[in-house]
Amino acid sequence: MSPAEIDALMLSLRVAFWSTLWSLPLAMFVAWVLARRQFIGKTLVDALVHMPLVMPPVVMGFLLLMFLGRKGWIGAPLYDWFGVTIAFTWKGAAVASAVMAFPLMVRAIRLSLESMDQGLETAAQTLGAGPVRVFTSITLPLIFPGILTGLVLAFARSLGEFGATITFVSNIPGETRTLPLAIFSLLQTPGGDAAAIRLVAMSAAVAFLALVLSEWTAQRITKRLKGSA
Amino acid sequence: MDGAADYKTPKGVGVIKLDVRRKVGRFTLEARYESSGDVTALFGPSGAGKTMLADMIAGLVRPDRGQINIAGETVFDSDKSINIRPEKRGVGYVFQEGRLFPHISVESNLCYGIARPGPGIEMKFADVVELLGLGPILKRMPHFLSGGERQRVAVGRALLSRPRLLLMDEPLASLDTARRSEILPFLESLRSQFSVPIVYVSHAMDEVARLADYLVLIDEGQVTASGPIGEVLGRLDLPGLGALADVGSILNLALETQIEEDSLSVLTLNGARLVVPALDLPIGTAVRVRVQARDVAIALVRPEKISTLNILAGTITAIEAEHPEKARHQQDVLIDVGAPLRARLTRKSVRDLGLKPGVEAFAVLKAVAVEQR
Repeated sequence: MSPAEIDALMLSLRVAFWSTLWSLPLAMFVAWVLARRQFIGKTLVDALVHMPLVMPPVVMGFLLLMFLGRKGWIGAPLYDWFGVTIAFTWKGAAVASAVMAFPLMVRAIRLSLESMDQGLETAAQTLGAGPVRVFTSITLPLIFPGILTGLVLAFARSLGEFGATITFVSNIPGETRTLPLAIFSLLQTPGGDAAAIRLVAMSAAVAFLALVLSEWTAQRITKRLKGSA
Repeated sequence: MDGAADYKTPKGVGVIKLDVRRKVGRFTLEARYESSGDVTALFGPSGAGKTMLADMIAGLVRPDRGQINIAGETVFDSDKSINIRPEKRGVGYVFQEGRLFPHISVESNLCYGIARPGPGIEMKFADVVELLGLGPILKRMPHFLSGGERQRVAVGRALLSRPRLLLMDEPLASLDTARRSEILPFLESLRSQFSVPIVYVSHAMDEVARLADYLVLIDEGQVTASGPIGEVLGRLDLPGLGALADVGSILNLALETQIEEDSLSVLTLNGARLVVPALDLPIGTAVRVRVQARDVAIALVRPEKISTLNILAGTITAIEAEHPEKARHQQDVLIDVGAPLRARLTRKSVRDLGLKPGVEAFAVLKAVAVEQR
């Protein structure tokens, strides 16, 4: 494997890792609000969260550029006041991945929140537990399999992100050229097929590994819940 | 258990005073009562609003308006905007389905409420475990418990959170008959040893008659009667009771003598003597028995050469009026034999014997039909 290929792999992992990690708290909050709260405009919020799932990724990339680009509505003050640039950096790639994977994570967590027995939270309450303790000692452990599913889905989605990334942060070797972008570039280059196939195998392996790992963990947790541990 | 007396609260601490109202769709719950017993039963058919009332006491459901007062503290008052959160009310709740936390062991479940104890008396972990027979299952996960074990853990968990009031919502409803009779003795010893005031929600008269000393009748969202259980069960003007197959009387008597050779005991009550299957208790002990109305026969002259051991002289005090819920062939009468005794007769017998208030008669009752509790 060439250093450029290794670079692409490591960059992909880094981007996927940070995008997943940073979107988790927000995804949990949004999932909780959608699962447990009734408010006016809930349908609107729900639709908004799901937009990245149904919009062309290129459009999402363009929107990100409009908002977060150096001259964008949020990007400009960010650069002027803090000197932070997001567009055309690996951080931008992470943001693009996070946005695209967000609905998947929210869906998984929301589903497990909705399927858990809320009576258990009530029971904890009558035993003297305040909202924080109820959440950490009852809700969180019981929805953990759902959180795990959300993490893996989001991680896999990040690894595969192409359209929004190339639109928002371009295809800069070593900075924003993740695995899918590297494969795309190789396919544009005469004689790049062999290297492309190597990268394809690599991304397949990473995705497969993530799935197996999460399935194994989920099974262990379910077993523990059923009490055979 | 040694030192069980430590767990006794002074009488009257368990007083609940409530006056609440809540409307949900076409159903309106309107309840007002004051109870002072160790065990108060909220009794009524399914859908009468019992669970909603229990949820209001625990703070899980908010009344539209009204007041709730537990042991002298106002926990809800719509006029004064008082609404204490459930976790601060100190009300232990045993749910119908147990609601054990599936991801932690029985022991951790039991200990969950110890971290933030309520205002009730402290109970030692070991004592609760012993009373409920939980020792052998402490390390198990809830998934592997039987229905009966699950409910016992739920009771223990609620007790250990130091509640000043223990709410039990049909804790036996999800169990089969065998399991129910396995748990009832635990609940009875709970009642006698821990005297945490208990509010027991049920639609099963046998449970209520065994456990409760104060009865609140609820029907279609309304409290139709409330008072000491003996008094309420002695009323003939309550259609909810008259329609029950297993309604009866509760008598509080004292153990007078033992008839060793026949394995029988004699109980007395205001001069009347009641022979029952032998009770293994010291002479003078207060005994509470339940006599089902359908086990009592009425005679106008003292029957002779009859196998029945209990023939109690008394006066008819009341005859049940006709009401649509009552089976047409039946009629309940009340005979005072020192205490009111309910007898369920055929309408024909009442008519043929000319029973009416003031008539002197004899209550005939088989010794084997008397249930001790």
